[in-house]
Amino acid sequence: MDTLTTYNYKVVRQFTVMTVVWGIVGMLVGVLIAAELVWPQINMDIPWLTFSRLRPLHTNAVIFAFGGSALFATSYYVVQRTCQTRLFSDKLAAFTFWGWTLVIVLAAVTLPMGITTSKEYAELEWPIDILITLVWVAYAIVFFGTIMKRRVKHIYVANWFYGAFILTVAVLHIVNSAAIPVSLFKSYSVYPGAIDAMVQWWYGHNAVGFFLTAGFLGMMYYFVPKQAGRPVYSYRLSVVHFWALISTYMWAGPHHLHYTALPDWAQSLGMVFSLILLAPSWGGMINGIMTLSGAWHKLRTDPILKFLIVSLSFYGMSTFEGPMMAIKTVNALSHYTDWTIGHVHSGALGWVAMVSIGSVYFLVPKLFGREQMYSVRLIDWHFWMSTIGVVLYIVAMWISGIMQGLMWRAVNDDGTLTYSFVESLEAMYPFYFVRFLGGALFLAGMLLMAYNVIKTVSGARPVNAPIPQTA
Amino acid sequence: MTGTDVSFTSNFWNLWIIVLTLANIFACWWLIRWTAKPRHGESAAGEVTGHTWDETLAEYNNPLPRWWLWLFYLTMLFGLTYLALYPGLGSYRGLLNWTQASAYEQEVQAADAKFGPLFKKYAATPIEQLANDPDALRIGQRLFVNYCAGCHGSDAGGGPGFPNLRDKDWLYGGQPETILASILDGRTGSMPAWGQVLDGKSIDAVVAYIQTLSGRQADATLASAGKTTFETYCAACHGADGKGNPALGAPNLTDKTWLYGGSPGVIRQSIINGRSGRMPAHRDFLGEDKAHLLATYVYSLSRK
Repeated sequence: MDTLTTYNYKVVRQFTVMTVVWGIVGMLVGVLIAAELVWPQINMDIPWLTFSRLRPLHTNAVIFAFGGSALFATSYYVVQRTCQTRLFSDKLAAFTFWGWTLVIVLAAVTLPMGITTSKEYAELEWPIDILITLVWVAYAIVFFGTIMKRRVKHIYVANWFYGAFILTVAVLHIVNSAAIPVSLFKSYSVYPGAIDAMVQWWYGHNAVGFFLTAGFLGMMYYFVPKQAGRPVYSYRLSVVHFWALISTYMWAGPHHLHYTALPDWAQSLGMVFSLILLAPSWGGMINGIMTLSGAWHKLRTDPILKFLIVSLSFYGMSTFEGPMMAIKTVNALSHYTDWTIGHVHSGALGWVAMVSIGSVYFLVPKLFGREQMYSVRLIDWHFWMSTIGVVLYIVAMWISGIMQGLMWRAVNDDGTLTYSFVESLEAMYPFYFVRFLGGALFLAGMLLMAYNVIKTVSGARPVNAPIPQTA
Repeated sequence: MTGTDVSFTSNFWNLWIIVLTLANIFACWWLIRWTAKPRHGESAAGEVTGHTWDETLAEYNNPLPRWWLWLFYLTMLFGLTYLALYPGLGSYRGLLNWTQASAYEQEVQAADAKFGPLFKKYAATPIEQLANDPDALRIGQRLFVNYCAGCHGSDAGGGPGFPNLRDKDWLYGGQPETILASILDGRTGSMPAWGQVLDGKSIDAVVAYIQTLSGRQADATLASAGKTTFETYCAACHGADGKGNPALGAPNLTDKTWLYGGSPGVIRQSIINGRSGRMPAHRDFLGEDKAHLLATYVYSLSRK
């Protein structure tokens, strides 16, 4: 195929297929550890299967393997099509795919072995961190190189978000992973004490803000208007919420460290900027959902659009919940409880996973030369399984989280605590089971998706679409 | 922690934070004012901007929703007000002069003032006598499940390395005074590692001898060889008869109670690597009155 006249769909195809594969793997580990919380004996006392080692594997797999593959796939697709040019370098793009896959495989080996930096969402040890850096630099070159050689005058809004995501994640990763190696598998952070905690959560919350938000907003800005066949609701709104979002997210990290050794001023700034973040976040939701105005009827028949629009509703809900939880008074109740876990999953499953799933259903037929997915009915089934799964999950965590918070602070007439920790744990039991059910339902939906993708792809011929020659 | 004083190594960083914070908030303010303004020659609301991407992608030029603008202004106003009242802008302390540390101290003082007399009431009664007072025991138990259960278990049954407090076996003595002393000032039980001192054969022998101390079967020749090693290296703390020494917290090796486990393998491990047990001190943390109630509860457990 002539590389001058077609888009590079090969790397998009690779990452799209791996999005489904890693989604299933990551969520399977999630369901397993959710089951371990209900039936602890199922780890069979094997160290590699304990909650403590599989939990980071789950988070890394869903964020970086599943979410990362979805971002690579869609950003490569979107940047080519909206710049009307082929990727800057096919070789570098291929390197990002194989490099990223190697990172994920190394994570899947080292984390169960207990090799970890113990920094949340940055557990991988220094040799893997270096590999991540190399892959990310290559990604940046491919992405921005493609923007540079674009054949249209203006840069489409989706690319602003993808670009901000790529640049910021590079900075976050390099700064937070700075460490002094003592052996091949062990290193120590260069930052001391509270500074280390602050750097970690500056990274941690911006991993949410840029990896799981800005990147996926880029996805939203392409696939929602495309699937709805409508123009984006407001160009102005996209300008305001882009700049406001990326500047205020930077400050929000300290809300993870309320009432700790972090100085008061840093805690206050974290809270204030988290609250200011509400409007910029909702700007994205409004722009996405209102894009559908005039085409609401499509929601009735198009399950891909259902995925995309419901993901935006979850995005709006969790970006309201987040600023509320960042208020110190609320945080005093919510911190260290399951409420936080529920909040993360309304974002991770409701927003990130559902917008990715919608986008993958959009992409697969186009990448393999099919009119549409093998079964639209199965997409509809998948949609309802996912939605019910997320709702079960987050409602269970709301109840158990708020109950935990209330039980931990309940005080007797004599000033002693009413409940011991174990009593609060006992009260969580039914909700841990409901959470497991919700997660299992979501995973089952992913298996349905895998079946649908296999049926669509089998016998199909990979397609590389031609680049329109008119500017 | 009076954080704000020590956070800034120089006034530069203080100003840096203030300028960046305010600049970011006012930049957002300016941004929405600037974008909300209609511009000459641009397309009207409800019309597309005129740019097209990927054949079909276009953008309307709809105005910013009014309710959304108000929400944005409101959060910024809240933020600025909060930063005027509370510490946030560098080393500026805020109009309320609030700090996390002073808020904590005030809460603790208020709680002490409210609940202190309640605990004080029991402090005058000797522990032996107080152990018959069901109200005191109830308070003691609540304190126990929150401060002690993490190591000793909710039922005080202990676990490997953490003593069972319900039996009659005590490392440091089970009298009311020694229990109270353990709670107030903590204990450090330290057994040195003998792995570098004794060869494998001597260790095998001592393990065999220790087994016979608690009435178990072991190779007789090994055990008698182990007796000499035991008397040379172990008797100083555990006593020539192996019955231990409460002054040092050295466990009695002749009974069926084992702090770290009594199987030959675990005994071997204890000898080779040593053991280090640490009960933290609670004098400053809980105060003497609460410790008195806790000691009463723990004392009552082994009286049952």
